[in-house]
Amino acid sequence: MSTIAVPRRRAQAKAESRTTDWRARYFNWFCVSVLLVFAAIWVIPLLWALDTSLKPDAVIAAQPTSWWSSTWTFHAYQELFNIGNIQTWYLNSFVIALLSAVFAVVACSMVGFAIARTQFKGRRIIYGLIAAGLLIPSQVLIVPQFQEFNYVHLLNTYWVQVLPAVAVPIAVIIFVAFFTGIPASLGEAAHVDGASWWRIYRSIYMPLSKPAISAVFIFTFVWKWNDFLWPLLTLTNTRIMTLPVGLSQVGSAFGIMYAELMASAVLGALPLVVVFLLFQRQIVEGIATTGIK
Amino acid sequence: MSVQTIPVDAGSRARTAAAPNKRRDEGRAGWGLATPFLIFYVLFLIGPTIYGIIMSFFNSSLQHAGLGGFAGPDNYTQALTSSDFWQSMWHTVLFTLMTTPPLVAVSLMLAIFTDRLARGRWFFRLVFFAPYVVPSAAMALIWTWLYTPQIGLWDKWLTAVGISSPPNWLADPSWAMASVALATVWWTLGFNFVLYLAGLQEIPRELYEAAAVDGGSRWQQLRRITIPLLNRTTALVLVLQIIASLKIFDQIFLMTAGGPNYATRPLLEYVYDIGFTDFRTGYAAAASMLYFLVILAVSLVWFVASRRQQKGA
Repeated sequence: MSTIAVPRRRAQAKAESRTTDWRARYFNWFCVSVLLVFAAIWVIPLLWALDTSLKPDAVIAAQPTSWWSSTWTFHAYQELFNIGNIQTWYLNSFVIALLSAVFAVVACSMVGFAIARTQFKGRRIIYGLIAAGLLIPSQVLIVPQFQEFNYVHLLNTYWVQVLPAVAVPIAVIIFVAFFTGIPASLGEAAHVDGASWWRIYRSIYMPLSKPAISAVFIFTFVWKWNDFLWPLLTLTNTRIMTLPVGLSQVGSAFGIMYAELMASAVLGALPLVVVFLLFQRQIVEGIATTGIK
Repeated sequence: MSVQTIPVDAGSRARTAAAPNKRRDEGRAGWGLATPFLIFYVLFLIGPTIYGIIMSFFNSSLQHAGLGGFAGPDNYTQALTSSDFWQSMWHTVLFTLMTTPPLVAVSLMLAIFTDRLARGRWFFRLVFFAPYVVPSAAMALIWTWLYTPQIGLWDKWLTAVGISSPPNWLADPSWAMASVALATVWWTLGFNFVLYLAGLQEIPRELYEAAAVDGGSRWQQLRRITIPLLNRTTALVLVLQIIASLKIFDQIFLMTAGGPNYATRPLLEYVYDIGFTDFRTGYAAAASMLYFLVILAVSLVWFVASRRQQKGA
């Protein structure tokens, strides 16, 4: 693995170049070694989970810390699918994450467009109110929100997950910033030609905003897919649980059947790792430009 | 792009011609587009916030409907004099103190090293970031298995290097928090790493070249160029990390359930226990509000500091 030799030597620096080149090479090797050690530490837990999940429970009991096994099996995975809950949890998580992401993109982009590109009265106040919402962590609201959903009998439904995930202040901020970067003259021209504001939003601004849309979509999706505290409180029925909440029950159900435990961890981790592999660039760029956590 | 120049004139002329009508039309369209969001915002964010504040002054409970009797500031005085409250607050702060320094420093180091690579950056980005997308429940299952006494992988390695009696990680009150913190560093480091990589990419390469020509060593380049130019990124990483760490719940709930004997219970789990096991929602709302004040204070300190930094620059 070769590395960038950051400093390009100029002719006048030639005299000392030999010693520094030599030092630079050692430094580069040092960096690569440190990185590889850390990379190994980072990969091992995931590989170990995969390894354990593919071994028969008897082999784990006999030699729990051996990476090697004389027989490999998908038994633990079959077991999980036979019980049947995990398919339901996948479906629940998927529907909830998808609905949340779609609604959040639509609602937040609309208000973002209104703030950035129409001069409606009170938009500064609205924007200030939304920005203030950034300061309120959703964890602080679990008690009153629980009361609210309890009151309207929506606990143990998809709605209790989706509805609070639609109005996301950070998503509005992203859309406002993005729309402000698109020349206003584009919309004004269309408006002169008789296009409604809705059409300007729908047919001009949205098609130009794919980076913002994908950032908001991916982050809402990942956030809701991995969300734990709120679904733990509000989804107590096994049939409606999301994957993370379901997995937290699996822990106690399987006790010391480590292959089954690790198989469920692998199945829990797999979908988003695949999503990350597919959308690596968008996700990384999204973090770099927005800092959504 | 060529479209831009022509319509600007036409647009402003048309605007002055039919100004009042246009204005009203635009105002209505703006409100129309904002309404769906605002409904959700009021119902599920503003509303619950206000209701939470009101609840915190009442003896609300999940066992009876409505707010219950007026309690005045009782819930707050009770929380502030409760040793359980302060203990869980301390656990939250302790977890933040344990996780923030390594999560900032190690991610910075790894990002600086990775940034120097000509090839293979994607590999390290993938490896360090991948755990971040794993759900907390899966991460907790994996790390609980790694930490299992005697038959866990960590204990095997420690005995291999001569540490014959490793601590009982998650079950020992003096090690449980550190064990969860270590697992958390593994789990979330990738996020900071990616932010730092982006920050590093914005530093112009010519600066390093100029420094090299002037005979500056690697270490001097790092201290005089890289670290100072990353100041803004570091401020962002730091505040996001502190706030994220203060929100600790998942890992502790899943790996130690707040134990052993409440030795790791964070504030959010205290709220969870009070509100949803003891059903005392009024008191839980008051504890939430006190917790909110801590997070708010961190955000405000950051806000003021970054304002000052911008003015200074």
